[in-house]
Amino acid sequence: MNWTWFHKLGSPKWFYEISGRWLPWFAVAAALLLGVGLVWGLAFAPPDYQQGNSFRIIYIHVPVAFLAQSCYVLLAVAGLVGLVWRMKLADIALQCAAPIGAWMTFIALVTGAIWGKPTWGTWWIWDARLTSMLILLFLYFGIIALGQAIANRDSAAKACAVLAIVGVVNIPIIKYSVEWWNSLHQPATFTLTEKPAMPMEMWLPMLVMVLGIYCFFAAVLLLRMRLEVLRREARSSWAKSEIKALVGAA
Amino acid sequence: MSSVFALLLARESRLLFRRPAELVNPLVFFAIVIALFPLAVGPESQLLQTLSPGLIWVAALLAVLLSLDGLFRSDFEDGSLEQWVVAPQPLPLLVLAKVLAHWLFSGLALVLLAPLLALMLGLPARCLPVLLLSLLLGTPILSLLGAVGAALIVGLKRGGLLLPLLILPLYIPVLILGSGALQAALQGLPATGHLLWLASLAMLAVTLLPFAIAAGLSISVGE
Repeated sequence: MNWTWFHKLGSPKWFYEISGRWLPWFAVAAALLLGVGLVWGLAFAPPDYQQGNSFRIIYIHVPVAFLAQSCYVLLAVAGLVGLVWRMKLADIALQCAAPIGAWMTFIALVTGAIWGKPTWGTWWIWDARLTSMLILLFLYFGIIALGQAIANRDSAAKACAVLAIVGVVNIPIIKYSVEWWNSLHQPATFTLTEKPAMPMEMWLPMLVMVLGIYCFFAAVLLLRMRLEVLRREARSSWAKSEIKALVGAA
Repeated sequence: MSSVFALLLARESRLLFRRPAELVNPLVFFAIVIALFPLAVGPESQLLQTLSPGLIWVAALLAVLLSLDGLFRSDFEDGSLEQWVVAPQPLPLLVLAKVLAHWLFSGLALVLLAPLLALMLGLPARCLPVLLLSLLLGTPILSLLGAVGAALIVGLKRGGLLLPLLILPLYIPVLILGSGALQAALQGLPATGHLLWLASLAMLAVTLLPFAIAAGLSISVGE
């Protein structure tokens, strides 16, 4: 197998060029998918036979919660790559993705609270899935705080990587122990592996929204990473000319 | 290799005994936290008995965490940690000896103190074996997980509040299983399931976490 692409990923300059080409695609795809999914889900999907129109927040809640969880796995994978292959881009990815993941977790909690009020009669309850989302938020805060506390950039990235890996091993244990402790939340609504329990016309906008939110994540992550790469490579000649071009254009 | 383990264990114990205050402080903290609750929620014995499993476990968890804050600090400052990192013996093994020595004195003392405080909270005496067993299985996990955090922040000047922030979320399974076992015992239900889970988590922690602690230490030393 040819591994050149993998080693090329370690070069900030190559990443900056290639991500500049990908970024518009992700951004356009995110805008299109999210726009279509939102209008479809919020206006055209049939109302739920029990929850009426209040269920429509599912089209925001579920994709965001999805992303919040997979983002943490991404942190751990980036951490592992950074620790094993000493790839600087993985360090950058880890530190750029953590705040996005924290925001997504926060949005998932808020939309869940808004949804919970009409359906459960309470906006917060110490239920297993709600609690594990809250714990996930705290795990994100831990990583962000550790990254901010260590002044040396390389050590900060490595320390965050170790913490993310320990955390990702712990996540299933936390999830199951909390579930054992108390559960009220409905089981996962959206899986790709099983036949959907909801009718097609409700499920399809959800699929569009999930794809859209992932494209949005990719676009935001690339944007943040490009900025960080420029900041770190500010002394190299290619970065200087890029910055000059950017400032000149604006 | 095992002789290094024994030597290190002896060295750590000697060092710990030269600073007895550091051993006693977490115990006093544990007792004070427990004493705060009757003052805060009222002296009703029925209520205190219902709350006691959670109270004991939360207090034990915080006491272990706070006792770990300075686990590697003096070794970091006098340069012994650097020697550990370059030593021919595997770092995870050395780390395990260090954490074990710490647990043998502070963790075990906590386990022994807990029944007294539990009886003061009104926990019936028939629950004491479960309390002892759950703490015996749980506190090593707490020590090892806390050591990961302590290793990561050892180089920081002001790491105080950071350690709980990093580590408390990771303590949740132990808290749930430990207080769950005690709750089950209090209601007269079998607690074996919870205890077995705690035991398997303890095995997992003893086998895997020394590597994470070692990784954290090499990062902090390399800085």
